[in-house]
Amino acid sequence: MTLLSVPPQTDRRAAAPAPLGPSARLLPALAAVYRAQLARARVARIPLLFVATFQSVGILVMMRGVVDAGQTSAARSVVAGSSVLVVAFVALNLLAQYFGKLRATGGLDHYATLPVPAASVVLGAAGAYASFTLPGTVATAVIGGVMFGLPLGQLWVLLAVVPLAGAALSGLGAACGLLAPRQEIATMLGQLGMSAALLLGVLPVDHLPQPVLWLRDLLPSTYGVEAFARTFDPDPDWGMVAADLGVCAAVGVASLSIATWAYRRAVSR
Amino acid sequence: MNETAGRAPQDTPPCVAVRDLVRTYRGGRGASATEIRANDGISLTVRQGEIFGLLGPNGAGKSTLVRQLTGLLRPDSGSVELLGHDIVRHPERAARLLGYLGQESTALDELTVALAAETTGRLRGLSRAAARAAAAEVLAELGLEPIAARPLAKLSGGQRRLACFAAALVGERPLLVLDEPTTGMDPVARRAVWSAVDRRRAEHGTTVLLVTHNVIEAETVLDRVAVIDEGRVIACDTPGGLKALVDGDVRLDLVWRDEAPTGVPAVAALAARAERTGRRWTVRTTPEEARELVAAVTTGPAFAALDDFTLATPSLEDAYLKLGGRHGGLAK
Repeated sequence: MTLLSVPPQTDRRAAAPAPLGPSARLLPALAAVYRAQLARARVARIPLLFVATFQSVGILVMMRGVVDAGQTSAARSVVAGSSVLVVAFVALNLLAQYFGKLRATGGLDHYATLPVPAASVVLGAAGAYASFTLPGTVATAVIGGVMFGLPLGQLWVLLAVVPLAGAALSGLGAACGLLAPRQEIATMLGQLGMSAALLLGVLPVDHLPQPVLWLRDLLPSTYGVEAFARTFDPDPDWGMVAADLGVCAAVGVASLSIATWAYRRAVSR
Repeated sequence: MNETAGRAPQDTPPCVAVRDLVRTYRGGRGASATEIRANDGISLTVRQGEIFGLLGPNGAGKSTLVRQLTGLLRPDSGSVELLGHDIVRHPERAARLLGYLGQESTALDELTVALAAETTGRLRGLSRAAARAAAAEVLAELGLEPIAARPLAKLSGGQRRLACFAAALVGERPLLVLDEPTTGMDPVARRAVWSAVDRRRAEHGTTVLLVTHNVIEAETVLDRVAVIDEGRVIACDTPGGLKALVDGDVRLDLVWRDEAPTGVPAVAALAARAERTGRRWTVRTTPEEARELVAAVTTGPAFAALDDFTLATPSLEDAYLKLGGRHGGLAK
């Protein structure tokens, strides 16, 4: 090129590599990400939480027109489906959009240049998004229970349903956001996932054709809906509730592992 | 080229050592895809305690180089060593050696300034109390306390940039990699950035690698600068050393009120070789010819058409152009 582009000399080296700075450990880093994400909610997410809850309450009102109140399997699945839909809206749809945006705009570089375990970033964000959904889910369940004349005594089970369905759905959402080649595709996947949770979770199962039922079985939110729906029974089959929640937990572990892998893949191009 | 020129101590060991770095991208799709060499055999050494700049126009390959230094991108070939650590083999170590300020703030946008700094400190391995104390100290140092409780997304571009810079400083690292840190900042914020950088160098021997396309900044704050063009280092020296390349030449700027008076023979002769930006003509020439030109344009009809003129000693931009850099990519 020019006389100036002589390569620099390599003779003088540091005797030994410099000590590495500290790196963040899994749990403290997870707590920091979780806390920051919750704080974000105050700025950006509260309107969306209202939207999520209003959407579910709207569906309850609509379904009340075609489903009678009382202890029927249709009433139970409408109330349970609408409640879990809040989780799907936020944990799956919004988280897919968040990670899609972060990846598309280069925002992931911030985390990638910090010594933080991939699982901390993914689990911290997923946990925060799942936590946002608890108030909306409870509100929807209470309103639905009253509208459809279902007992509210077992609502405490939501304390297990929301985190476990939240884990499964937020893992899926994060994976969609991190794996989608473009931001628009991440948004679309999130919306599709939420639509599937809406249609397959809320509609009473008795009249659905078999292929749709198979699809329904593939969707992790179904098991959260089923577990919650069973608890409206005067004498719930707790074994089946535990089995459904076990499926949510297993899907949660799998989808969050995939999301963590997807995060590593997204930051090391 | 003198490898160890500059204000930094001459005998410090290397902090960043890059050898023959090549990174290509595929441009376009399918059969029409072409290979673009974003980095085409880059070698450079940054010594500990240096403030070292990468100067070049947009698309020169500066950011690609920085992404490889920070472990974000794997080179096709070549080596990167940071403080004795092989970053090509262990990219994850980069995060434990350097603080990085990228061009994007989307990861922090919805956090308050204080929480963005504190969270970043925690993710650099500080305890909650230590991160909070370190964040408070940096915010005070940079004058960010009045806006500490405001979310980044609601700040002006320059303030947001300063808040991101604050986050990059929390949790001391021996190397700071700053990608155009002062973009959009007012002079007060710029001063805060450079004094924070200077303080870290004086107190901890911090090394700073700075990406810029701002010539003034490069001339005033850097110990040494590598000029990058089309993926290659076309020169590496002190700003003074680079300007010595164009020593003896001067730059004459002529600004016309309206149309240039091409009826004047001296002006007509100039028309072909002047570099024109609107009504401004710029000519690089010898002092003797510049004197004749000034005499010609400060009399008669040329003077009537002249709005302003300046005669200046060469800048780093003139050196850059002399080195064969593509024209017009640098900010003055």
